[in-house]
Amino acid sequence: MDSPSAGSPLARPRRRLPKLTTRRLALGAVVLSPLVLASCQLPTFGGYRGATKQAVDANKLWQGFFITGLCVFILVAFLILWAVLRYRRRSDKIPAQTQYHTLFEIIYTVVPIVMVLVLFYFSVVTENSVDAVPASNVQVNVTAFQWGWRFSYPGHNVTVIGQELQNPTMVVPVGENVHIVLRSSDVIHGFYVPEFNFSRYALPGVTNQFSFNVNHAGTFRGQCTQLCGLYHSLMIFQVKAVSPSAYEAWLAQNSTSASTTAYHANSSTVQGGSS
Amino acid sequence: MTDVINPPVIGGGGDVTAVDEHVVEHGHAEEHGPTGVLKWLTTTDHKVIGLSYMITSLVMFYLAGIMALVIRLQLASPSSSLLSFSQYNELFTMHGSLMLYLFAGPFAFGGLANYIVPLQVGAPDMAFPRLNALSYWLYAGGSITMLLSFFVAGGASSFGWVAYAPLSNATNSPGAGSDMWIMALALTGFSAIFTGVNLVATIFYLRAPGMTMFRMPIFTWNMLVTGILILIAFPVLTAALIMLYCDRHFGTHIFTVSGGGVPVLWQHLFWFFGHPEVYILALPFFGIATEVIPTFSRKPVFGYKGMVFATLSIAALSTGVWAHHMYTTGVVLLPFFSLLSLLIAVPTGIKFFNWIGTMWRGQLSFKTPMLFCIGFLFAFLMGGVTGVMLAAPALDFFTHDTYFVVAHFHQVLFGTAVFAGFAGLYFWYPKMFGRMLSDKLGKWHFWLLFIGFWLTFIPQYEVGLKGMPRRVAVYPSNLGWQVYNQISTIGAFVIGISFAILLVNLWISWRNPVPAGDNPWDAGGLEWFTTSPPPHHNFTHLPPIRSERPTWDYNHPDSPALHHGKPTGPSSGHGGDGSGGTRETVEV
Amino acid sequence: MKTESFILLVIGIFFAIIGAIYWFTSYEQAGTLMLIGSALLGLLPGGYYYYWYRKMGQRPEDNPDATIASGAGVISSFPGSSIWPFVLASGAFFIGLTFVFGIWFAPVALALVVSALIGATVESRRGGHV
Repeated sequence: MDSPSAGSPLARPRRRLPKLTTRRLALGAVVLSPLVLASCQLPTFGGYRGATKQAVDANKLWQGFFITGLCVFILVAFLILWAVLRYRRRSDKIPAQTQYHTLFEIIYTVVPIVMVLVLFYFSVVTENSVDAVPASNVQVNVTAFQWGWRFSYPGHNVTVIGQELQNPTMVVPVGENVHIVLRSSDVIHGFYVPEFNFSRYALPGVTNQFSFNVNHAGTFRGQCTQLCGLYHSLMIFQVKAVSPSAYEAWLAQNSTSASTTAYHANSSTVQGGSS
Repeated sequence: MTDVINPPVIGGGGDVTAVDEHVVEHGHAEEHGPTGVLKWLTTTDHKVIGLSYMITSLVMFYLAGIMALVIRLQLASPSSSLLSFSQYNELFTMHGSLMLYLFAGPFAFGGLANYIVPLQVGAPDMAFPRLNALSYWLYAGGSITMLLSFFVAGGASSFGWVAYAPLSNATNSPGAGSDMWIMALALTGFSAIFTGVNLVATIFYLRAPGMTMFRMPIFTWNMLVTGILILIAFPVLTAALIMLYCDRHFGTHIFTVSGGGVPVLWQHLFWFFGHPEVYILALPFFGIATEVIPTFSRKPVFGYKGMVFATLSIAALSTGVWAHHMYTTGVVLLPFFSLLSLLIAVPTGIKFFNWIGTMWRGQLSFKTPMLFCIGFLFAFLMGGVTGVMLAAPALDFFTHDTYFVVAHFHQVLFGTAVFAGFAGLYFWYPKMFGRMLSDKLGKWHFWLLFIGFWLTFIPQYEVGLKGMPRRVAVYPSNLGWQVYNQISTIGAFVIGISFAILLVNLWISWRNPVPAGDNPWDAGGLEWFTTSPPPHHNFTHLPPIRSERPTWDYNHPDSPALHHGKPTGPSSGHGGDGSGGTRETVEV
Repeated sequence: MKTESFILLVIGIFFAIIGAIYWFTSYEQAGTLMLIGSALLGLLPGGYYYYWYRKMGQRPEDNPDATIASGAGVISSFPGSSIWPFVLASGAFFIGLTFVFGIWFAPVALALVVSALIGATVESRRGGHV
């Protein structure tokens, strides 16, 4: 009933740990894991490595949780399979009617508690770094509405609006903290960019703020995650990360009087759905 | 010689004159009552009500399953025109509503618990038989209301089973369908509350002599805790529904910003109901697994008391974690909810190890109910592990409202309500009808279900991590999502076939009954002591109750449960129990 | 009765503690109020059962050494059958329809509910017959 991996999954992904040292290793892992996490040589386990500083942190936490989860899954699945295969009924003899084994019960209560506390520690560290809103020169006000997005750049007279079949593109500079101020003008929407490993609700009546720092140029797709009515499926947008100079040029090029808007239709729009 | 002592007989008609000390208040025998349809409409027998609940909820299950198949067909290609956007939204809303509100809960606490709990505690009926009947008819009315909403102008509700405000207000979701959804839930909500009261009262007041709290079977324990959770959770839902209705029709602004309301309040109220609801849907099925696994391992449940405390702590913690569904709102206290959510893994883990401990060194036979329980263990293990991931806010941020979450909660709920739920059906069907279900067809059912289950949901984890949001009718074709969705669709149809086999199995057992006998599985609970099906008011006689499995003690007097090699229980070895001593005898 | 009351009291105390922690870490009203409600839901019936436990002492079902015969006697009065739950639930169904489709369902609903209330009360007095 030992827990093979309490929080030290990255250090020892495949080795079975000796029973009695699990707890000590789990505590040691608290110290060691940041070093190991920094190495970043692991597969992403289906997720995204992350296109922002925050996303990379989240992905490391994901790797840690995934390996821990995998070890727990393998251990428990092995125990179930072993019991199923080893103790098939072979005779009509009634087995020993053992009902309690205090030592085992204590072990498999205490070990998961320790594991949970270690996981909680890493979870808090990561959520604080992902959730932080540092000072920033670049601010984008995002307003979600049924069924599209408005990105406006305060102080620059630039606004991008897009709806169902004309997906808007948010242009941001690489390597700078981008401060997003997120609002909704009607129902709840979800601002979600998969490669940023992040989403946040746009809540009516609430101003949500978060920050990301894109680490390489590129175009990243985003989509509304929270059901918002008929055309929820079509609330797609892009985030285009460009060099700071290109960003300034783009701002200057599109800076117009506040009443004008720039549309950025995109060819990846989904067609379909017969209503 | 009758080896058992006569229980207090209630309502036994003419029999009662035979034993003076068993005073009977109303000698109102069953056969004097109405017959035919009127008999069904007027019944207050917990067994008939339990069966009605089960049949109705299974109809809901099949309907919701068909909806799921249509949804999967739509998603098999990126921009399918099988369904319109509005039809798609209606279908997934009704799929979720039917499965969660009208199948899983009522099947467990209305159906199985109603039938089994009074039998397991040695009671003649539920504590409040007429309230019990009222529960069922309210539930039936709620189900009819929910289904009828498809046929009104504007169609059924289409705001998802969580009905987030302000999408669910009159502006964004006009139409009678949404109001019918609210009323259907109000009716079933009251039905659930009444059943909860009934369960708690039955377990507190109608146990047989010697059936102390710590001798109740774990299924009964779990139903007690479920009853308490229902009483905590469902009133909040009902209150929230009334507020929502007032917002829609009476001009209040509880959930709308324009009048000073707070949309996120709906989420607080809904999830304060919704997360205990998840455990209301899970605990009964844990209980089933805890009945089935010991029976087919020929051992007592391992760590009985740990199991009870694990159930209680799951219930307590589950009420303090509602906002882990709201991490991405940005307005909740993350560490508090994260820690409590993670801590639920501890009692759940205890349960897992206890189940494994029960099988350890047992004599396992893999009849259909046991196979379904093994399936449950694997399904719930996967759901539990991914649940721990989702409890970390930083991970929930990018999996929330994606197919990762869809896969997670389907594995949890499918693992419990379907694998363990149908284990319960196969397990207790002989008791309910006195006839067996075919083990061969049951095994076909299981293996197809098991394969279909993993085929359906594993790809959904991956496509969710790639960024596919839930509740989308169409998706881009250039992202490689289609292949995952197609595998998922194939899996869903394999599941569909497996449930067609169940229907065949039921039909065969109906046409060519194989008699089951009183105790076909050599199980230990009190329900296996009476006849199959049990008589009116359940028991003509009862064995001495000296552990949580009196029937086992009675049938195997030389094999009591052991604690460090010694028989367990405060009074093992006391006269009248299964330790081989002579038993008192009372002739009827 | 002792175990029953303790379970409920412990649940109530747990929610009181969690509620206090929640309030002082978040100052969020809705959740705190619901946790207080949950605490009361444990403490009130728990206290009631504890009162009766002190008053009644051990019942046969609380006694590990009880024999089946010790529970002999009247358990309770169980009605054999009754149409009124069905009538009352039909009334509730029509109340639901009233709220959806309008006031013209109200007379039907009211008639059903009132007749069920009267019927069930009379039935209880007569002793559980239809």
